[in-house]
Amino acid sequence: MSESAGLLEDLLAGKHRALARVITKIENHDPGYRELVSGLYEHTGHAEVIGITGSPGAGKSTLVDKLAEHYREQGETVGVVAIDPSSPYTGGAVLGDRIRMASNVGDMDVFFRSMSARGNLGGLSTATADAVKAMDAFGKDKVIIETVGAGQNEIDIVGAADTVCVLVPPGAGDNVQMLKAGILEIADVFVVNKADMDGADRTVQELTEMVHLGQGSTTVDAGHHGFDEVEMDLDMPTDTDPWKPPIVETIAIDGEGVVDLVETFAEHRQFLEDSGELTRRRRQRVAEEIRTLLRDDAAGLVAAELEDHGGVGAFLDDVMAGDTDPYTIADDVMGPIRDCVEEQ
Amino acid sequence: MSTDQSQRSIRCLVAKVGLDGHDRGAHVIARAFRDAGFEVIYSGLHKAPDEIVQAAVQEDVNVLGISILSGAHNTLVPKIVAGLKEYDAFDDTLILVGGVIPDDDKAELKELGVSEVFGPGTPMEETVEYVRENAPER
Repeated sequence: MSESAGLLEDLLAGKHRALARVITKIENHDPGYRELVSGLYEHTGHAEVIGITGSPGAGKSTLVDKLAEHYREQGETVGVVAIDPSSPYTGGAVLGDRIRMASNVGDMDVFFRSMSARGNLGGLSTATADAVKAMDAFGKDKVIIETVGAGQNEIDIVGAADTVCVLVPPGAGDNVQMLKAGILEIADVFVVNKADMDGADRTVQELTEMVHLGQGSTTVDAGHHGFDEVEMDLDMPTDTDPWKPPIVETIAIDGEGVVDLVETFAEHRQFLEDSGELTRRRRQRVAEEIRTLLRDDAAGLVAAELEDHGGVGAFLDDVMAGDTDPYTIADDVMGPIRDCVEEQ
Repeated sequence: MSTDQSQRSIRCLVAKVGLDGHDRGAHVIARAFRDAGFEVIYSGLHKAPDEIVQAAVQEDVNVLGISILSGAHNTLVPKIVAGLKEYDAFDDTLILVGGVIPDDDKAELKELGVSEVFGPGTPMEETVEYVRENAPER
């Protein structure tokens, strides 16, 4: 039995160590990790995946802790993938979100895994989605993704989550912030955390107005999730009302509002299933996965071809001397690959 | 970059176990490890041995650095070692102890499976270098 096959077997048998190791292999892109993920695939699709995003200090980790506690009390198992930033200089990282998981210490049925952004947000979304698959195949009922909290444009999470929850801290900004594109558009549910702080009411008010204006609503017929629209052969129901993102107030540190939030997630889940939106999102996700893998493979071919030409450094002097330009070089390097593909 | 290209990183858990409330040293070592390019998971204060085991297993760390200043290392470290064994995580985890450890106890900890004990005043580079050379492959 190959190492991957053994690991996969152990993971499916419920061994925590195997799940941990599989995620490591996914993160490292170790040889054989693709075989592993493709082996996981047929065992996925059961977990409900919830994405939690929002600015640094919004209280994501604390909320995730309380959510995990709540689900555990209901007898459900939970996986958490928490992403923290890494240093652009050394690649090092301090992954500190585990500290907030105080309600769930010693409970192995909450599998908490920290991931570093490793300076590569594009690649990270693939690794995160694959880690979620590992937890799903392991048998987790709920998988929560907690994002790095980088800011307004952190929208990759929609690629992996069924329900996207955006935390908005009180006093997050004026109406113009609400008009901007980005993170507010991807929300299925808004949470105004730290609802006991000054400015919370106003933030709720502004979000409510925004949702009523149709900004940021994820409607069934508007496929604005950052992906290309996939050709649909589904019969899309037309009698379902579009989803208007509810606004839930929480004080995560005291666990206040968590029950409301869990109910809202369940409602959204129901909506996803009833409207056909869940199938639509999953199809989009698979389409995006196929594209990403093909892009990565193509990039690998290009990198190898470039290496054959002596690496990018070999061209620099010519360009700097004015003998050629990057466009001509790209044409020259890609030429043989293009010819091969066209011949097929 | 191709997806087949490996992107390994040394993962360390910096753990405070037991009752002592002094974590300046743990913070300093976490920062030094970060600056060395490692991925550091910091446990927070006052953790029980099984919490440390849970974190080490789930995070699949190559290195477990335990910081103890309370003098309770003879009680706490064996519990952590036993927990790691239970989850088949002992053999490929480098276990380090930092803190105030009497010489007699050092030998005992090493016999137990601790690779190295770093006392007060150990230069940071020494610890980082030791981890680089001895961290097990993942």
